Amino acid sequence: MTVPIECRQDETFVLNLGPQHPATHGVLRVKLTLDGEYIVEAEPVLGYIHRMHEKMAEDRNFAQFMPNTARMDYLHALAFNHGYCLVVERAAGIEVPERAEYIRVITVELNRLISHILWWAAFLLDLGGFTPLLYAFDDREQVLDLLERVTGSRLTYCYFRFGGVYNDIDDEFITGTYAFIKRLRSRMPTQYHALVTGNIILQKRLKGIGIITEEQSRRYGCTGPVARGSGINYDIRKNEPYSVYPEFDFDVPVYHECDSMARYMVRMDEMEQSMRIIEQALDKLPDGPVKAKVPKILKPAEGDYWASVETARGNLGHRLVCDGKKNPYKLKLRSPTFCNLSCFAEVSEGMLLADALAFMGSLDLVIPEIDR
Amino acid sequence: MDTSIWRPILYLIGFMAFAGLNAAYLGWCERKGAGRIQRRTGPMEVGFQGLLQPLADGLKLMSKQLLVPTGVDGILFRVAPILAMIPALTSFAVIPFAGNIQARSVELSVLLLFALASIAMMAILLGGWASGNKYAVISAARSVSQNLAYEIPMLVTVITVVMITGSMNLQDIAVHQQGGFWHWNIFALNKSILMPISFIIFFICSIAETNRAPFDMAEAESELVAGFMTEYGSMGFGLFMMGEYLNMVVGACLVTILFLGGWDCPFGLFPGVWWFLLKIYILLFTVIWVRWTFPRTQIYKLLNLSWKILIPFSLVNLLVTAAFIKIF
Repeated sequence: MTVPIECRQDETFVLNLGPQHPATHGVLRVKLTLDGEYIVEAEPVLGYIHRMHEKMAEDRNFAQFMPNTARMDYLHALAFNHGYCLVVERAAGIEVPERAEYIRVITVELNRLISHILWWAAFLLDLGGFTPLLYAFDDREQVLDLLERVTGSRLTYCYFRFGGVYNDIDDEFITGTYAFIKRLRSRMPTQYHALVTGNIILQKRLKGIGIITEEQSRRYGCTGPVARGSGINYDIRKNEPYSVYPEFDFDVPVYHECDSMARYMVRMDEMEQSMRIIEQALDKLPDGPVKAKVPKILKPAEGDYWASVETARGNLGHRLVCDGKKNPYKLKLRSPTFCNLSCFAEVSEGMLLADALAFMGSLDLVIPEIDR
Repeated sequence: MDTSIWRPILYLIGFMAFAGLNAAYLGWCERKGAGRIQRRTGPMEVGFQGLLQPLADGLKLMSKQLLVPTGVDGILFRVAPILAMIPALTSFAVIPFAGNIQARSVELSVLLLFALASIAMMAILLGGWASGNKYAVISAARSVSQNLAYEIPMLVTVITVVMITGSMNLQDIAVHQQGGFWHWNIFALNKSILMPISFIIFFICSIAETNRAPFDMAEAESELVAGFMTEYGSMGFGLFMMGEYLNMVVGACLVTILFLGGWDCPFGLFPGVWWFLLKIYILLFTVIWVRWTFPRTQIYKLLNLSWKILIPFSLVNLLVTAAFIKIF
């Protein structure tokens, strides 16, 4: 319900939303200028959880930076593992065994699934529905158990290695994954869609709210579900294929409504696509080693390298500049949420406070990934 | 009427105990109910099934300091929680729990209850305003517009009931519906075919009046932190919570008396206070159930619901009832 704003300067007031606020999911601060409950101006203020990850990369060798990657996007940590491995492997010219590529895809997609499930839960929490959170955590828990089995950790994974993965997967993981997918497929229509997606209050809160036009989406460099919810068919897994993604048959869900509901539906459909990829990868899983022989200290040749992967939130790019030493000269990250958040100021203008927070939830923000 | 001094004293003690137990244990019921709905167990630690939890919570709240931040309006800040509690407590004086259990049979008791409910809204307004917190002020403004919007359909619906029974005395309204469920106002189709709808309108309005989810605009925690209660701690917060639960009880009592026949048994068996209690607790359970199932609405959609749907419907209902009464 957007209305044109015409108000005098002295009729507005400034509300500091955050850095501690239940709806900002972390330490994001938004400086809101409000006229009543309408937003006149919104200014996201970043930097509260800046930890100098990019500088840290320069101070240590390539392998030592690996655990840092998982601390940025803690919800899709394996994709950050993957992106970093990809760029270093490109720089050092390392070949990854096929089985390792398959395992990477399986674990990354499982991680994407739980990232979307957790987003769903937190989004509903933003909308005031508390119960879905606990149902979602039930499903998420199953995947965490599976991933803990192979990676050894539950949230901040450090599972990938240059030239492969740390650990091979076992039969129990494979049967467990099949069982989980079967279970989630049966719960999807009832628990997720019938109870929540079809809810009239939810529909009214999301439809037509927070419209990011295709033009805006391109201008701000939005990627991932935010761009796909604005009708842009862009997915790194399809457009710039990496790893073994070209071997799988999956669709990229695109919605043209541009509103919060479109982004919601994109993520819900993506969960199904992730399940399809995992099933195909498990069916076709080749035998062989899971780790190539790689020297302990890498010294890639001088040069400028780029690799991007599709995380749950969008396009994650790593730019690596090497000067022939054992540590990077410079590692620059292009993180998806930063661009996705940057459209918030323009889009939320004229929105109601409650709608703006629902809109913010639909962007799926992970603050440590913005600040790095 | 018995004029002995013991009567008011006994009723006072009785209602205080009833109100106190309800305010404390509805919180426990809510947490247990939420737990069940969310596949948890709810409180389990203090006492059997967590039954002593309200006591522990009360002790904790009372042992905390009532912090009055600088920059707040000291008097209003302290008065507001009391104002949230008192009207709800006073309302019990006129509610007939059974034919012979009523502290005071007031001729205009329906009107009195609505007047008291408006004071409860003032508590939120004052609490939010006095806090000097922007979230609290937004919450107070929301709460006022919400209460104004929902009091109109509520009152119009009450007028229909009053027209049917010809009395504004709760006792008379309840007595009028005795003798089985087909006499209840909700099923009084011979008076007006829209009675079931007016029951639903009234029930929705009573949820909105008590600021319960999905209409909990005033304390929308993901938007306004804790709304008007943001700056309150200790028993100030405790009184607001107790006031909210008591308002829920009063709302349920009102729905029961106006539409569900008060203490009447659906099949004419053993009418008495237990039927009344059964009905209000079923209604209260429904309110808790709704809260943990639905997401929150948005303030303007909430107001639209009232102004564009509930008010026209209740007005039509009023006209239809008037026509029915005139014709038959």
